Amino acid sequence: MRKIALALAATAATLIGTAAIAQAADKAKICFIYVGSKTDGGYSEGHDRGRQELEKALGDKIETAYLEKVPEGPDAERAIERMARSGCSLVFTTSFGFMDATIKVAQKFPKVKFEHATGFKSAENVGTYNARFYEGRYIQGVIAAKMSKTGVAGYIASFPIPEVVMGINAFVLGAQSVNPDFKIKVVWANTWADPGKEADAAKALADQGVDILTQHTDTTAPMQVAAERGIHAFGQASDMIAAGPKTQLTAIVDTWGAYYIKRTQALLDGTWKSEQIWDGLKDGILTMAPYTNMPDDVKKLAEETEAKIKSGELHPFTGPVKKQDGSEWLKAGEKSDDGTLLGMNFYVAGVDDKLPQ
Amino acid sequence: MRIELEKRPGGSRLFSFVSPLLALLLTVVCGGVMFALLGKDPVSALYSFFIEPLQEVWSLHELAIKAGPLILIAVGLSVCYRSNNWNIGAEGQFTMGAIAGSFLPIVFYEWHSPLILPLMLVMGMLGGALYAGIPALLKAHFNTNEILTSLMLVYIAQLFLDWLSRGMWRDPQGYNFPQSRNFVPEAILPEVLSSGRAHWGFVFAIVAAVLVWFMMRFTLKGFQITVLGQSERAGRFAGFSSRGMIWFSMLFSGALAGLAGISEVSGSINHLQPSISPGYGFTAIIVAFLGRLNPLGIIASGLVLALTYLGGEAVQLSLEVSDKVTRVFQGLLLFFVLSCDTLIHYRIRLVFDRLKGASDGAA
Repeated sequence: MRKIALALAATAATLIGTAAIAQAADKAKICFIYVGSKTDGGYSEGHDRGRQELEKALGDKIETAYLEKVPEGPDAERAIERMARSGCSLVFTTSFGFMDATIKVAQKFPKVKFEHATGFKSAENVGTYNARFYEGRYIQGVIAAKMSKTGVAGYIASFPIPEVVMGINAFVLGAQSVNPDFKIKVVWANTWADPGKEADAAKALADQGVDILTQHTDTTAPMQVAAERGIHAFGQASDMIAAGPKTQLTAIVDTWGAYYIKRTQALLDGTWKSEQIWDGLKDGILTMAPYTNMPDDVKKLAEETEAKIKSGELHPFTGPVKKQDGSEWLKAGEKSDDGTLLGMNFYVAGVDDKLPQ
Repeated sequence: MRIELEKRPGGSRLFSFVSPLLALLLTVVCGGVMFALLGKDPVSALYSFFIEPLQEVWSLHELAIKAGPLILIAVGLSVCYRSNNWNIGAEGQFTMGAIAGSFLPIVFYEWHSPLILPLMLVMGMLGGALYAGIPALLKAHFNTNEILTSLMLVYIAQLFLDWLSRGMWRDPQGYNFPQSRNFVPEAILPEVLSSGRAHWGFVFAIVAAVLVWFMMRFTLKGFQITVLGQSERAGRFAGFSSRGMIWFSMLFSGALAGLAGISEVSGSINHLQPSISPGYGFTAIIVAFLGRLNPLGIIASGLVLALTYLGGEAVQLSLEVSDKVTRVFQGLLLFFVLSCDTLIHYRIRLVFDRLKGASDGAA
């Protein structure tokens, strides 16, 4: 007994004695919080790639830190608060569900700057940033319509929020620009990242005869199912070519790095202010993975479409466009405004699904 | 050759007290080795894991937020387990309590009244208790295995919550995101002190633990629980109803889990969403056993388990280790607790087959 007590006391003493080791550094600390694992092969990994680029570019002036797999809810608030308290000067909260927690913590720490990805609430010290992923979706639609033999693509969707609905619509409009009768089937996986559910959704769609799969979820599971079934698929958030070397047509790759460098530089220069940023293909915040596993003419069309979107010649949401119920949304030549897109809660014609309301 | 466990003659009171501490120490040592193997300085890693979260007031509040539901649920479970009823479905009762308690602030979202909060808490307890009533009914009258039924009901509760927060109860102004309206301020469990986020849920947990400790120690009910748990037959000879005990223990633990659920939703989340618990109902089973099914021990073990969550986050941020470290620590802790316990009550003996007859004869 005495021995054990001694051992305990000794351990406690060692631990307390070394308390002074942790020290604050002089460099500005830039922090990131991810909803998934930083090696999820998809969305969170995309942000972590951005973090690593930031560290490479400005590593002499800043250091970075991150928390991964933080659940959206009370745990997120604690995690963000911990970051604010641990000396982070700029915190990127990279998932939609961190929105309220970010705003709450930001109120408590007015000196710390926050940037929340894909949300719609901001404050003096909270900016928002997002990428026009729908531009990439449109290109995918164009490719899908060219490649599909059945004229039906499968879409694995996450949650029926505007961001996701917008992607589905852009995909359909891209496809219809090639084949006006093109249809898509949607399965709601109700998760951002869950290999099991995503694979089930992919199998269900493949069983229903789709020969192109696209996903708005983050893991490579659907790509693997597509590879097993011998159909084609599009990668999401990261280049998923490793999961389907003969399967992936292209992928929308999130390239947040340039953005993170720009905003961190602004912080260092003292010019950071809260903004609502929505960048697109031309700004490099998303890029298309190499166009593979397709004939040259399809590849050429995809590249042309990409170039037109970048130059501003083509806006994916240009009329005439009808809503799913047949009513007119955009007149011929009319372009959608950003507000409508950011609050989008309806399908365009050609989607074989009822939007969960 | 085989290995046998042989019961030690007479238990040691001293060691049954020291064993959880010994287990904690072994966990720390093993964790240190793990950090060293990962190439991190074990001392500073263990420091950020176990000490740093205890140094600041805000962090202590966070500890209380995390420990509150664990303690509350585990205290209820201890009554169940002591009476030999194996309620594994606290996670489901937690969820149902949260749903029942959220009925008022979500459906009558414009009702501002000081009455709303007490009503929510009562409904939360009822929701949890009624949900635990299902396996109780099945066991008391159809002799069904409550481990199985209570566990399976967890998934039903979770899917029901999922369905509600995506469907009927979804916030019409929430851009289709699957969560309910935010509760009105009157429906939010207030903070205990102004220095941090910890809400009254933690106080409920402590009060419940003390009351249950009192009940187990000084009342006839507590005696009934212990007797029926140790020997149902002996209990029946004493005139105690084992069927009544099934009902009592299941409803009681369900009510506490339900209270934990509504406290968590009202105090920390402020709305319903498809997932409201990082597995509190299951972690509470570990907490209950780590606290040796003693309500006061459960307070301590709940705080230790809560610390592993906060500590895991702290080392992740300061040393860039994976979030899996938290799980590894919880696993190590449970492993060492169980093995220390076992080795205190039993001794390991190697049995050689050739001598089997002889040793059997000796025994």
